Formats: sequence, structure tokens, C-alpha cells
Amino acid sequence: MLDDTDRRLLRQLLADPSAGTADIAERSGVAAATAWRRLERMTEQGIIRAQEAIIDWRALGYEVEVSLRFTLDKTEPRAFDAFIAAARSVPEVLNIETFLGRVDVRLNVIARDMRHYQEIYRSRILTLPHITDIEALMLISTIKNAEALPI
Amino acid sequence: MIDLDETDRAILRSLAADATLSAGALGRRVGLSQPAAWRRIRRLEEAGILAGRRISVDRDALGYGVTVFLGIKLATKGRVSLEDFERAATAIPEVQIVQHVLGLFDYRLRVVARDIADFERILRRRIMTLPAVGQVEANVLLTEEHRPGPI
Repeated sequence: MLDDTDRRLLRQLLADPSAGTADIAERSGVAAATAWRRLERMTEQGIIRAQEAIIDWRALGYEVEVSLRFTLDKTEPRAFDAFIAAARSVPEVLNIETFLGRVDVRLNVIARDMRHYQEIYRSRILTLPHITDIEALMLISTIKNAEALPI
Repeated sequence: MIDLDETDRAILRSLAADATLSAGALGRRVGLSQPAAWRRIRRLEEAGILAGRRISVDRDALGYGVTVFLGIKLATKGRVSLEDFERAATAIPEVQIVQHVLGLFDYRLRVVARDIADFERILRRRIMTLPAVGQVEANVLLTEEHRPGPI
């Protein structure tokens, strides 16, 4: 189980994921060797799942980001699996999330501009299987995006 | 915007999966010396393409078993209400993501909670009391998957 030291380290790491282990140790008031060992252990235990580099798609020329919310045809037993498998083959899809609620699946889709988006939407999105309804939310700005947890 | 070659793309794909890879390990993967790999990483950082790290943790193991996405429509609009809403929403510790969107809703929020009862408490005490908050739709996250994107 996690003790106070683990939680302190995690809090610091989640608040600033790009910081090095030495900085995290110092901010948590823990010796660097201890911090390294503890973080290593939490990674082995699967509490820390992954540390991924964030790619800024705007810097690569992708100006448009749309959150597409789908309702699927639930009379089709394979609707979720088939839909998700097909969505994985669309390179511009950044996230696939499934929900309990009015929305079944959400895809985050990026495109270079509106024309490119329209092309993807028509040729790759509308052709995904078992869709009964789609709603689009166009991203204007991200005000907060943190993995921090109140631990 | 800088042009990416196949090696840059391979580096981005590797780091998007594991940001902890050293320049040496990365170089071996893509067939570069350690200094050459390091220079490539620096260039991608300077171009703003590599924009920090994201840590993914097992929220369940940390006691946050419920993640909910909220779609929020503001009851009154205007610049002042947007700023007030954003400031107040960002300050809630359980709110991880605040996005201004265009479409059916005005904002998208990701909220973490210990369980459904805890979520109800956050919804009633923190969300429904946000300035200018109108209609709120909640969808409980079941699964999520990050995709590598169009690299």
C-alpha cells in the first residue's frame, strides 16, 4: 500500500510530470535515492502506468481539434468492438473513450484545417460502423489539463 | 514549422509511448548515436513539438474509482461570465480538464471522484454552484485509450 512518502512523491510528480527525479525528491523532502526507489516500485506495481511525451499537434500544423460524441446502435451486439476497431485505423483519432450515459463513445479528432477536417469527417468518420447519432464539439481552448489528483 | 523525416517520426512515436527513454536507448532504437539522438530531441523540443510529459496513473489504485465528463452550458453569457466560470472551475481540485468548446455545450470538464456518492457531492456542492452554470450533462468514463496520432 501507499504511505505518506509515496503520496507526497506522486503529488509532486503529477503536478509537474516533466521534472526530474532529483527535483521531485527535493520538493517532497525525500532523499533522491529513496525517491528513485519508490517511484520505480510504483511503476512496477502499475500505479504509475506510463510517462508519455506530449506532442503539440498545433506545432505540427494541426489547427483543428474536435470532440466527436457517438451514440451506437445497441441492437447490434458487436457495435462497440467493431466501431472501436475501425476508429483505431483512423490516424487522426487521438483518443477513444467509452461511457455510461447518453454518449456511448467519444473520439478526439485532429485536422490541419476545416477543409481537412471535412475530408476526414466524410471519408473516415461517417463510414465507421453502427453509428446512430453524432454530435460535435469544436475545441476553442484548453484552460486546464492536469493529471493531478487530490491525494 | 519544421519538416520531419522518418527518423524524427520514429523518435516521436517512441517518446509518445515512453518519455523516460534516454537519448542512448532512443538512438539504438532508431539507428543513431547517443549525441545525434540528443540533438534531434532538442530540435523537436525547440520547435515546440515535444511539449512536456504526461503521467498516466492507475486512478482506481489511488482511490479515485470514478471519472466523469461533464458537458456544461452557461445560463448567461458574456466575457465576464466566461472568465468567472473558468476561474472557479479551474480551482476545483477534482476537476482535471476544463475546455472551452463550441457546439451543444460551452465547456467540457473532466472530474475525478472516489465513488458515485463522492461524485454527487462534487456535483452538488462544487459544479452546480459555479457562476453562470446552466444545463449539465454527465457521462461516466468506462475505458480510455490514447492513440499515437498521425505521425
